[in-house]
Order: sequence, then C-alpha cells, then structure tokens
Amino acid sequence: MNPASTSTLLVAMENVTVRFRGAQNVHAVNGVSLTLEPGKVLGILGESGSGKSVTLKTLLRLLPESRTDIGGTVIVDGRDVLALGPQELADYRGRATSMIFQDPMLALDPVYTIGEQIAEAIVRHEKISRKAAMQRALELLQLVRIPSPERRLKAYPHEMSGGMRQRAMIALALAARPKLLLADEPTTALDATVQIQILLLLRQLQRDLGMGVIFVTHDIGVAVEVSDRLAVMYAGQIVETGTVRELISDPQHPYTRGLLAANLHGAKKGERLEAIPGAPPALNEPPSSCSFAPRCKHAEDRCRTGLPPAIVLGEGRIVRCTRAEAELAPA
Amino acid sequence: MLTYLAKRILYVLPVALGVSVFCFLLVHIAPGDPLTSVLPPDASQQMQDELRKIYGFDRPLPVQFGLWLWKAVQGDLGTSIATGRPVAAEVWRAVGNTLLIACLATVIGFVLGCFFGFVAGYFRGSFLDKFASMLAVLGVSVPHYWLGMVLVIVFSVQLGWLPPGGAGPGGSAAWKWDWEHVSHMILPAVTMSVIPMGIISRTVRALVADILNQEFVPALRAKGLMDFGVFRHVVKNAAPTALAVMGLQLGYLLGGSILIETVFSWPGTGFLLGNAIFQRDLPLLQGTILVLAMFFVGLNVLVDIVQGLLDPRVRRR
Repeated sequence: MNPASTSTLLVAMENVTVRFRGAQNVHAVNGVSLTLEPGKVLGILGESGSGKSVTLKTLLRLLPESRTDIGGTVIVDGRDVLALGPQELADYRGRATSMIFQDPMLALDPVYTIGEQIAEAIVRHEKISRKAAMQRALELLQLVRIPSPERRLKAYPHEMSGGMRQRAMIALALAARPKLLLADEPTTALDATVQIQILLLLRQLQRDLGMGVIFVTHDIGVAVEVSDRLAVMYAGQIVETGTVRELISDPQHPYTRGLLAANLHGAKKGERLEAIPGAPPALNEPPSSCSFAPRCKHAEDRCRTGLPPAIVLGEGRIVRCTRAEAELAPA
Repeated sequence: MLTYLAKRILYVLPVALGVSVFCFLLVHIAPGDPLTSVLPPDASQQMQDELRKIYGFDRPLPVQFGLWLWKAVQGDLGTSIATGRPVAAEVWRAVGNTLLIACLATVIGFVLGCFFGFVAGYFRGSFLDKFASMLAVLGVSVPHYWLGMVLVIVFSVQLGWLPPGGAGPGGSAAWKWDWEHVSHMILPAVTMSVIPMGIISRTVRALVADILNQEFVPALRAKGLMDFGVFRHVVKNAAPTALAVMGLQLGYLLGGSILIETVFSWPGTGFLLGNAIFQRDLPLLQGTILVLAMFFVGLNVLVDIVQGLLDPRVRRR
C-alpha cells in the first residue's frame, strides 16, 4: 500500500498484536491489519474469543493498560493512537472515535439521567454551556428517534426499555460528532424485533452523518445487513477480508465457508446444520502454524508447520490460507 | 418521590409501636425489683406496697404500658426512682451530650473511612490496599476502652495536650462552643470513631471495587472522561450505600458506648444507661431506651429518604 492512500484512510491498523499478561498469558490478537475508508462500514465477524472485541477496544485503547501489551501501529484519522498521551487520549476518545457497547443497561451509569450522561460527553469535548448541551442532547435523542424525547432526557436507564436504552447509547456515542463509530455487538442484548430497528437506525445514521463504522458481530445476517466490507476473525487473526458480496458468494477460507454453512439462513427444515467440528484453540502461545488447521478438513502438513501466507487476491481481498494460492494460479 | 416519602413515614408507626412495647417489656422481664434500691432493706411490707402503688407497679402490665405510652407520647417519661428528677430531662441532656461526640465520631469515621475505602478500592491488591484494610480490621477489633486509655495516657498524661475526661468546666450544663469545652470532646470522639471508620472503609472499598468492575466505567472512558470525571461517577454510585451505612453507624453510636463514656466520664446516654441499670431505675431505663430506639428508627427513615434522593432506583421499590 503506498503512503498516499494511507493518509486518506480513516483507520489503518498494521500488524497489531494484543497480549494480556497474567498467570497465563493470552495472545488475544495476533497480527491484525485492517483499513477503513471514511464513511464506510467494516463488519468484523467472528465467534466468541476470536479477538474481535479486543481489536475494537484497541482502537480506543480501552484495554487495562497495566496488564496489556499492544504491538503494531494504529492510525485513526491521522493520529497514532498507541502514542497518545493521557490528555490527548481523553480528547481523542468520544471526539474522533466513540463506541456503542453490547449491553446498554451495563454501559450506562444507573444513577445519572440519560440527558446528563449525553450532555456530559458534549461538555467534555466542546466549549458549551450545560443548558446548550442539554438542548443538543435533546436533538440527539430526536435524531435516534426515541419516542417522547423530552421525557427520556430526564429518565434514568432503568426506566427505559432495552431498545430505547440502545438508542440512547447511540445518541451518547454521537454526542461529540465522531468520525469513527465502533459498535461492539450492539444488537446482541436486544430482542429480535428491536435488533432490526437498531440496525436500520445505525445504517441510516452512518449514511446521513458520513461516519466510518466498524461493526463487530458474530451474526452473519447482521454483518451482511450493515457492512460494505467484511473481515472474518479467527484466533486473533483476520483470516479473510473482502467486500460483502465477495465473501458471501465466493468464500475462500475454510473457516468462512464453515461459518456460512453453519448459518440458519436458507437451511431446509429437517436437514442437519453443518457445524464446524472442534473448538477454537487456547491462545496461551502466539500461533506458529495455521490456528484453524486442527479443525480444517483440508489441512495439509505445511498448515501445521508454518503460518499460512496472507494471499492478496485483489484490491482489499486477502485470505490467510495456503489453499488460496490455487486461486492465484490462473491469474 | 412523594409517595415514596409518605410510604417510608407511614411504615414508621407500626415499627415505633413495636419498639415501645419491646422497651417496656424488656425491662420488666429482667429480674430484680426496682424498689429494692430506694427502700431500706428492712422496709415493711406495707411500706413496699405503698411505694409500689405510687409508682403504679401494682397494676396489670397492659394498663401500666398504656399509661406509660400515653404519657410518653406527651413527652412525660415519668420520674427517676433513684433521683426523683423527671426522666425526660435527664435523657434529653444525656442524648444531647452523646449526640455531640457521636456526630463528631461519625464525621471523623466517615471521612477517614471513605478516604481509606476509596484508596483501597482504587488500588486493589496494592500495598496501599493492604495497609488500609489492616487499619480497618484493627479499627473494628481493638477494644475501645483500651484504646481510650492509651489515648489518655499519650495525649493527656504524657503530652498534656488534651483533657483526660469530663465535659469541661461546669459540666455539660455549661456547654459552650469554645476550645476549653470542645477539647474535651476530641479524645472520646476519636476513640468512638474507630469502629465506624473500619466498617465504612470496608464497605466503601467493596463498593468502589464493584463499581470499577462495571462496564459503564470503560464506557465513561470511551466518551473521553479522565480520572476525575470517572471518580465523580464512582462517588455518586457509592454514595447511597455509604451514607446508609454511616446513618446506621450514627444510630449505634447514639446508644452511647458505656465503656467509652465511662473511661472519659462523659455524661452521655451510655453513662446514664449504666447508672440506670445498676440502680434498677426502671422509668429511667425505659425512658432512655425508648428515646434511643426512636432516634434509631428516625435515623433509619432519614437514611431511606436520603438514599431515595440519591439513587433513582431505590425510589421505585
């Protein structure tokens, strides 16, 4: 990738590694590189423990610093996130990049009203009176289409329904007009009917405000619904990236294929779902060979002895699998 | 909020009635005749009966209780058998004195307890945490009268900075807010503050540790708050419970510590209770216990109300 294109990117993560120190070290993220253009949506797809949430939190440096080693480079909107000092980091958080959390009940402070919490974020980043901030908070609640927003402004989190809380959480994340919005499984804790409303809202806000969004989920249906591009994560690595269409119609990595095959969509009644055998590896050591090899029916000897190469199939289309070399051959 | 308030206050009535029955009966269940302390040992049966009639001890218990309660509601707690003075006046003066040192002790205990608790909660597992925890355990387990005496030896006898006991020149009747009087409060209050300090510091430590583990803390950081901003949220989350514990501690301290008030000859409720027990002074004993119990009930309501004001979730219950 040439430097000129890097500078126009909203997010550029290069070979990022995250290791948690403890009685047992955990290598949660092992060499993730990803990019995001302004105003686009990247979906990160993966199962629990694949490192997708950790990758997301790295972008805001929300991981406990005393127990975490982060390697590589993270550039967001021209800032070297890993090199920010405490004051710069606090200015960056919420302003350039903000985050929607999985469970809004847990992520909102129970003893402050919604209005106070949104206004707090605005006052933190802008020179503005509390009264004006409250007015802006009201506008934000209208923006996320909360019913009777004036009343919700004075409501406490426990006085609202799950869907409304997540709308409030989104309003809070948008408070300081960020360029990048991180969404950590924002619909997982919600009812199915509410999930769709929240997804549609997020998609529309993203288009209206022109934000870049990184959306983490384990639900393929959700990922396809909101994303322009997808990255599939397994054992702390991105095993395949591409546009949604490329990944769905022509998955290359055996893990991506397994995920698609294990999906309920399009399955016939009475037919057994195809599950991926085995379980993800423990990440006490950094991987020295293909992490998926023990579960892969195509695994060969070279998969078990060395890391698979990252094969570039096209612009932004990368697969970490030896089998993808065959795809390259005709070209 | 108004319904919450009304509910809390209505709940008090049955509790208060129950407490008064208990106060009354407790004293009657205890063995010993209240008249033995005022009558000469060789008093005739007739004399005993007469005195019993004067004090109303000859009537059936429910009638005694009814009369006692009726008078108590009007502020008359009877007369002390030992001194012949009205109980209400004695109790009020003692309560006032105990309130002085109990409030000071609670303030000291709350401030120090919160400080140690916050430090320990923020730096869990560190040397500071262990040090604060050790102080808390020490505070709860050190015998008071011993600590009181040690403080007297150090600060009164050796250093001569503070008076060793009493309530100042002229006793509690001539109380004034000047150094001469206030200096008498310090040692008993400090001794008394050690238990609430320990309990509050343990409570606050657990609260802070729990709050810091909740997901809204990284969420606060994610919107750009720095340490002080997050601290504000932690304080508001911890405040309702910490204040509730403080209120209850003040309630316990109001009962006065017989031991502390004896060590420092402080004319408070503990002192009064001790005397009433030794002299089998039934009306004084009943009156003191009743007033203290009512204070405790009232404090509980106050704590509930303050908690409701601070924590929106409490109001709904």
